[in-house]
Amino acid sequence: MSRLGRALALLEEFYEGRHRGALAREQREEDDLFMLLVFSEMMGIPNPASYYTLELLPVMYDRFHEWHLRMGMERSPLAHVRCC
Amino acid sequence: MSAIALTVIGLGAFALGYIFYSRFISDRIFQLDPGFETPAHAQEDGIDFVPTNRWVLWGHHFTSVAGAAPIVGPAIAVIWGWVPAFLWVVFGTVFFAGVHDAGALWASVRNRGQSIGALTESVVGKRARALFMIVIFLLLLMVNAVFAIVIAQLFVGFPSSVIPAWFVIAVALGIGYVLYRRGVPLLWPSVIALVLLYASMWVGDAVPVSLPELTMGLEAPAFWVVLLFVYAFIASLLPVWVLLQPRDYINGLQLVIGLGLFFVAVLLANPTVVAPAINTQLPDGVPPLLPLLFVTIACGAISGFHGLVASGTTSKQLDNEKDVRFVGFLGATGEGALALAAILACTAGFATLGDWEGFYTSFAAGGVPAFVQGGGAIIAMGLNLPLHFGETLLAVMAVLFAATTMDTGVRLQRYIIQEWGTIYDIPALTGRGLSTSIAVVACLMLAFGAGGGAGTGGLEIWPLFGTTNQLLAGLTLLVLSVFLMKKGRPTIYTLVPFVFLLTMTIFALLVQLVGFWEQGRYFLVFLDVLILVATIWVALESLGALKRARAEVRTARAE
Repeated sequence: MSRLGRALALLEEFYEGRHRGALAREQREEDDLFMLLVFSEMMGIPNPASYYTLELLPVMYDRFHEWHLRMGMERSPLAHVRCC
Repeated sequence: MSAIALTVIGLGAFALGYIFYSRFISDRIFQLDPGFETPAHAQEDGIDFVPTNRWVLWGHHFTSVAGAAPIVGPAIAVIWGWVPAFLWVVFGTVFFAGVHDAGALWASVRNRGQSIGALTESVVGKRARALFMIVIFLLLLMVNAVFAIVIAQLFVGFPSSVIPAWFVIAVALGIGYVLYRRGVPLLWPSVIALVLLYASMWVGDAVPVSLPELTMGLEAPAFWVVLLFVYAFIASLLPVWVLLQPRDYINGLQLVIGLGLFFVAVLLANPTVVAPAINTQLPDGVPPLLPLLFVTIACGAISGFHGLVASGTTSKQLDNEKDVRFVGFLGATGEGALALAAILACTAGFATLGDWEGFYTSFAAGGVPAFVQGGGAIIAMGLNLPLHFGETLLAVMAVLFAATTMDTGVRLQRYIIQEWGTIYDIPALTGRGLSTSIAVVACLMLAFGAGGGAGTGGLEIWPLFGTTNQLLAGLTLLVLSVFLMKKGRPTIYTLVPFVFLLTMTIFALLVQLVGFWEQGRYFLVFLDVLILVATIWVALESLGALKRARAEVRTARAE
């Protein structure tokens, strides 16, 4: 990488580094809300878009375990979604 | 005395301090080990714990700790003459701040990247941790109130700074948008932002904005203070990427550019220091140099706030333990250089001693306006610019520093209030709106309570802010000493600064307490007593912790 390129890469890191944590936390909050929306029908919250969110379940499943732990539930809250 | 000579001596002393003293501390006391796995590697998560290039990390550390405070303190303190301020900044930076900043960083790196607050709990005890939170909250409260007053003072004194100072918010919003939503690479937005910033200074210079005597029933400074807190309320609720991140970035760039421009201007203009070496004709009402000097200049000599940054974020990103020296010591030195620039501006930027004395007519009369006027004159002379443009440049620089700190400060206060809400189970406090409102109202009460209805004169609480900051630094040095003692290393290099700071803090609080009482300013008396209680508490807790640590070491040795 040229010197200029390297300097620019450092500048980018300077821009992003300082708020990386705060941004990641905000992202996670949004993701958590999305997770709740996807699983809402199973938790008894009517969701008119459930036909579509159903398709997302396999994608979300990977992060489901981590999510319910973070929400303070030691075990999966859903009877037919088992992860631990 | 020539300003160049003073610059060379000051920067030379910093360089010697870095080369010799910081090496001694790093090799002998901290015994930095390049083979040690830092938390950034051991706990790498891509969010908080990320190994970072040491130059970038130094940049973050330096721009987080350097703000308006190392300007305000020296700008007030030169009223006692330039020698005391100069000596305290130089010795403070090398023997106090360097050890403190690097030490906080190192202790945190050796404890899984824990913050000083968490370290206090494990090293000193639970009560000390609670005390720590209260001290931090008071510190943020004061810094927000004082900085709002400083900005208002600058807007009124230098009306040409109003347009660029508010325009930069629009620039930051623009940068945040193109970078985050459009994915544009950083180079061109940065260049354009800087061009816009400096161009807006020309516009501001041509179109100064002065408020009428009364705006919505408020005098001009008071109106600005209220407006600034309305802004801070909104800004601290916005997502980080929208405003805070680009604003911090522009601020970092202009800090480096401004500091560079200033020292180049000093070299080219070579002004003479007209202020007395030691001022023997102090105006009435100026408190005694001892102990007030040591709390008036907090940031720039030693500041507890640095320990929060060093242990809060910097330690989680340190790539190699060896970098503690580079990031910690050099971060403190960078702030020392800013304080040095402030001293030069406030002592060499005036044509004659008479001009200088005309400015420093009372304790709070100097401050940032002296820095802007003096520094503006030096920049104008050195770089061949119109005088008022030089002043606008520095006024905007100071406003941006103070405003960025306010943005972050109000946000941090909100986090603390939300945490209290969680700890004491008060759900209402955990919401964003109410917690931010409480933070802002508390700041406003302090700004007006200390400064009266006009919102002026609030700089009287500056030494109180300095005292709280030193108290925090003392607490950090204590934690560091206990930690060193447990490792069987010499503690004298941290304990001596600690004892000195604690003595000066208590002494200064008592002197100020008498002053506030005599003036009948009971709000400040209350604040003073609150901090005094916290200080004595810290002293007692620390004695206990040190005794316990020593006993532990002795038993270990006996076995």
